Amino acid sequence: MSLSEQFPAQAGQDARRSRRSFAPAALLLRLTQGPGGRALVAGLPFLWLSLFFLVPFIIVLKISLAEAVLAQPPYTPLLDTSNGGVQVRINLENYRLLFTDTLYLDAFLNSLKVAGVSTLICLLVGYPMAYGIARAGRSARLILLMLIILPFWTSFLIRVYAWIGILKDNGLLNNLLLAVGLIDQPLRLLHTEFAVYLGIVYSYLPFMVLPLYATLARMDLSLLEAAADLGARPWKAFWTVTLPLSLPGVIAGSLLVFIPAVGEFVIPDLLGGPDTLMMGKVLWTEFFTNRDWPLASAIAVLLLLTLVAPIMLLQRAEKRAGTEAT
Amino acid sequence: MSTALTHPIVLQSRRQAVEPLVRVERVSKRFGQVHAVEEVSLDIHPGEFFSILGPSGCGKTTLLRMLAGLERPEAGRIFIDGVDMTRAPPYERPVNMMFQSYALFPHMTVEQNVAFGLQQERMNRTEIRERVAEMLELVRMTPYARRKPDQLSGGQRQRVALARALAKHPKLLLLDEPLGALDRKLREHTRSELVNIQERLGLTFVMVTHDQDEAMTMSSRLAVMDRGRIVQVGAPANVYEHPATRFVAEFIGDVNIFAGQVTETRGGALVIRSEQADCTFLIEHGEQLHVGTPVAIALRPEKISAHGATTGAPYNEMRGTVAEIAYLGDISVYRVRTAGGAIVQVQITNRARAATPPLARDEEVFLSWSPASAVVLQE
Repeated sequence: MSLSEQFPAQAGQDARRSRRSFAPAALLLRLTQGPGGRALVAGLPFLWLSLFFLVPFIIVLKISLAEAVLAQPPYTPLLDTSNGGVQVRINLENYRLLFTDTLYLDAFLNSLKVAGVSTLICLLVGYPMAYGIARAGRSARLILLMLIILPFWTSFLIRVYAWIGILKDNGLLNNLLLAVGLIDQPLRLLHTEFAVYLGIVYSYLPFMVLPLYATLARMDLSLLEAAADLGARPWKAFWTVTLPLSLPGVIAGSLLVFIPAVGEFVIPDLLGGPDTLMMGKVLWTEFFTNRDWPLASAIAVLLLLTLVAPIMLLQRAEKRAGTEAT
Repeated sequence: MSTALTHPIVLQSRRQAVEPLVRVERVSKRFGQVHAVEEVSLDIHPGEFFSILGPSGCGKTTLLRMLAGLERPEAGRIFIDGVDMTRAPPYERPVNMMFQSYALFPHMTVEQNVAFGLQQERMNRTEIRERVAEMLELVRMTPYARRKPDQLSGGQRQRVALARALAKHPKLLLLDEPLGALDRKLREHTRSELVNIQERLGLTFVMVTHDQDEAMTMSSRLAVMDRGRIVQVGAPANVYEHPATRFVAEFIGDVNIFAGQVTETRGGALVIRSEQADCTFLIEHGEQLHVGTPVAIALRPEKISAHGATTGAPYNEMRGTVAEIAYLGDISVYRVRTAGGAIVQVQITNRARAATPPLARDEEVFLSWSPASAVVLQE
């Protein structure tokens, strides 16, 4: 201020120069501020989603309506121009198969069951963890949060492989139990449904703990004091105050676990037995082993449609958690 | 300090006929190295509006929280209605608290908030509904029964918090800075409302506040706290007129303080010479002090009258010049520089001022007061 008072001419020149040098930024500002600019700002994420989500989805949808052939690519084109005119050939056979062959229906229901049960276990294990972290002292809290996030520093695949080493017949766990004398012969742990649940719960637990922690840490602790003051014992105060207030976190965490778990492929493939039937695995088999791209695409479309409802729920929960935070 | 502590005990003996509702016995509480509350003893009687007054960090809120059971004392005992509640958890005490932040449950409606405490008592539904309606009526919040706290204004939230704390008809209601979050106009209105409710329901209120006006106007008795200790307990007028220590004198109201030395004792009265003020004080009903004891004298600005000429009295008169005049509408505050160099504040109502010829700046002035006006303080 004082500088421009002392050297008004120079300051004016400086301002002019700086205005010129920021011309592109100003242009962007003007673009984004005008009525057309608002469309641009809203349009960018739309463009992004279209490019990387909608277009691939349309491709998958298109393939799902084709027939499998031994060719390159291994499916028939949707628009057939071989007979001179344009002919649209839509094949709904893949979808019919999905709903008639019990293999797919079973896999589908089993995926929902495994994902649902895993989510419940994650919630039961994750809630006390999140609660403990949220109520820990400042320094302890940082260390505990660090420990939750730490596994992400290693590849997901390597961590799942590590479980094979722990669970196999002559693995760490069996050897330990044998050494202690709790069992006489190795337990069959690997390639069981138990191993699948263990793998999913282990892998997705942080996604449950972190949103729960976020809501619990934000809670005003004087509310619990008020509950106690009004005569609520600690357990009652938890049920009537803490739990309802952490519901957005419960919903967000559950969906963050449930949605990827439904389509999970790696964990059932590596830890589950050959009879573990899950959508992700069936999809992989159809795609790579049977080279039936159209059927695999139909499975993908069905999987996506099933998850639309929970994804929308998640968005609502996140929005609600966001508005409550402010 | 030790003589100051005998003060509440004197008051207590006079009232021994009434069984106290709350008895705090030599209670102490530390947070790490900080002594939040130190050896506090206190009796609170049924039907009192009792205030704990002090600057922030003096331990008043900690003391209140110990009454609620939210904080556990390290030493001493707390009796509520004759029962030792020192170690009782908050949910077992016949006490409710109105929190400074109100701590309303955000996921419940106004009605549900007020009903919460009653539901813990397994009261039947119709009774709960009646009591909730009665409480909402009391705080004039009936039209807002179905709203959530975030749909209410600050003043409305405050009333819901009050209704919720009162719903169980507690023997003792604790209020932590109940008016702290309200704006000034609303605060003054709410003061009288709180006192009305307390009198109407015949309950015992214990209020914590840092606002001396609030404590003075609302309470029947108050305790002044400083650095974890209670320095004085008494009726507001009593504490104001006879502050026990310099801290109390300065914390409650404006005061002029002079350093002096006892030169003579005359029956119940003391003669004190202050070189600083160049004045000899005659103070009635002073403590029994020996000649030569250094003391501090407190003199409230409104107890001093100013004249253009000397009254000729050998005591309780100071000569000075008017250094500053502040006109405040109902009163005028004069700052007078005495011959000894001290600045003395004098408050004169503008009605009295109109009756006498007005004083102008730099004019010579004689200040005088009655022997009952000045107070000897213990340092």
